[in-house]
Amino acid sequence: MNNQSETNAHLREHAPAAIDVKSLSFSWGSQQPTLLFPDLTLPQGEHLFLHGPSGTGKSTFLSLLAGMLAPGAGSIKLLGTDIHQLGASKRDRFRADHMGVIFQQFNLVPYLTAEANVTLPCRLSHRRKAATGEAPAAAAQRLLAALAIPQSHWQRKVTQLSIGQQQRIAAARALIGAPEIILADEPTSALDSDNRDRFIQLLLTMAEQRNTSVLFVSHDRSLAQHFHHQLELGQVAA
Amino acid sequence: MKIHLALSLASASLWHRRKVLALVCLTLTLSVTLLLGIQYLRTEVKQSFTSTISDTDLIIGARSGQLNLLMYTVFHIGDATNNIRWSTFQDLEQDTRIDWLIPISLGDSYKGFRVVGTDKGFAEHFRFGRGQPLNLAGGQWFDGIFDVVLGAGVARTLNHGLGDKIILSHGGGRTSFSNHKDTPFTVTGILEATGTPVDQAVYISLQGMEAIHVGWESGVAIPGRTLTPEKAQNREFTPKTITAVFAGLDRKILTFRVQRDLNQYAGEPLSAILPGVALSELWRLMSQFEQALLGITGFVVVTSLIGLIAVLLTLQTQRAHEIAILRATGASPGLIASLYLIECLALAFVACLISLALGALAISMFGPWLLTNYGIQLQLRPLTFEEWSLLISVPLAALLVALIPAFSAWRQSRSQGFGSPGET
Repeated sequence: MNNQSETNAHLREHAPAAIDVKSLSFSWGSQQPTLLFPDLTLPQGEHLFLHGPSGTGKSTFLSLLAGMLAPGAGSIKLLGTDIHQLGASKRDRFRADHMGVIFQQFNLVPYLTAEANVTLPCRLSHRRKAATGEAPAAAAQRLLAALAIPQSHWQRKVTQLSIGQQQRIAAARALIGAPEIILADEPTSALDSDNRDRFIQLLLTMAEQRNTSVLFVSHDRSLAQHFHHQLELGQVAA
Repeated sequence: MKIHLALSLASASLWHRRKVLALVCLTLTLSVTLLLGIQYLRTEVKQSFTSTISDTDLIIGARSGQLNLLMYTVFHIGDATNNIRWSTFQDLEQDTRIDWLIPISLGDSYKGFRVVGTDKGFAEHFRFGRGQPLNLAGGQWFDGIFDVVLGAGVARTLNHGLGDKIILSHGGGRTSFSNHKDTPFTVTGILEATGTPVDQAVYISLQGMEAIHVGWESGVAIPGRTLTPEKAQNREFTPKTITAVFAGLDRKILTFRVQRDLNQYAGEPLSAILPGVALSELWRLMSQFEQALLGITGFVVVTSLIGLIAVLLTLQTQRAHEIAILRATGASPGLIASLYLIECLALAFVACLISLALGALAISMFGPWLLTNYGIQLQLRPLTFEEWSLLISVPLAALLVALIPAFSAWRQSRSQGFGSPGET
């Protein structure tokens, strides 16, 4: 954690941290080097920028956080729950209920419309659906409008949209139903610099409205200024 | 909720890939149509086969095997081993257990069609199908010596109408050089199509049969000894022999006893057969072939199902991103696998539905045409249990083979990392 973490220390005592990682390690196989990850604690509602060059295990780290890979050692607590103590189907349920994800690219299900892509989490999770407080379609439309997707594109096949629009639709999908955590894996790498800053601003503003913590991974250190905290990954990789 | 989601995702996915999948579906549709069509035809052919003759309790002819007797009397295939005496027929008429008799005299032909010499009993007692009687499409049954009634197939093929004069040939065969040219027959009636061998024969009276053979005792016409129609009118003709007899009994329970008595008839060696038993024996002989045909069609369906799976497995590499997104959004590996099962099942259902529609359309369009042109009776009817089972087995088989890509997707998505596949 960086210098800002002390200021938020009081928050940690009240509510469980959004993300709490301790002595985490992972190896892809006995012949492969073991990846060691830094301990981190991210209070609910705050954002973390995770910087790391290629090969430092950024995506592996996100896979572990998302509960899609099992760690070699250490613990991951999300919202106070050790997700690797859960069974596989409960982990899937936890992810559906509490996490939004944004990938680098190919973020959307190609055969669904923009709106259907955004409402997807509400169809996988009752909790997310209930949290929208209205019809998922209406919530999706408000998010799409807020993320500056023209109304004419809402019912369109996502493959017809630009990369920037696709990434914003992915952001809308991650935000819908106000999950506690959003994991973003280099979502801006395919965008030009204007679009990139605008995307991050929009994402973080809307995440704050929902008290959602964003964990943002990128190799582009210049983006770190938007975040409460930043962390270097490569330094501790063995 | 999850089933609803899986269904809607699967249907959207199918629609998205409709161009590729339409071809696979077409292959499956054609093979299912073939399978169903062959099974339908099997049932129909068996039905029309076993309903070639009905209500006749015994067929009596000279001593021979039951299949031979059945073949030449009912199907007009092959020849009689021997004739039976007219006195035997008269004896049968005296038997009180026998309700009615139809004498049959064979041997001549008309342009390849059999000439059947018989009497009024044929019109009155002969039944086919489910006890349907013979109806005339036009005209009336033979009354005079030189009247002839044509089967529907004969009239259609040779384009004959009422009042036409025709010359019968001596013996069988399509082209005969010895014709009964002194004694032309007049068409007085044409039968309605029955879809049985009745359509492929012409019917004259026993007297007519005798009359045209006067002067033919040596096998060829002896000039000057044959009759002219004028001379024939003044004569009485009694046949000396006939080929076979169809018999109906008063009490069906006596069938076996009458059969035994006739087989031990003292006057001459006779064979009495039960047409139903003979028909099913004949069908058993033929069913080997159609069993093999059905088996081959089954393999065609299996082949197209394998094709379907090959396409689905190929598409799976394209679907890696989509599956990564669904997994990261919280979809379980089971949901991913169920997409494959649903898609495969849906394709099979669509194929089955289209084949049903295709089959029904084909039968209703070509059924009447087949009957009038080829004498094959093919009607639209509800599917039998066997046909339904065969049809239902297609989606079931599809579901079974879909387990291959479903399992592979399930395994792959369980070990799926975050983000695009292959990334670390």
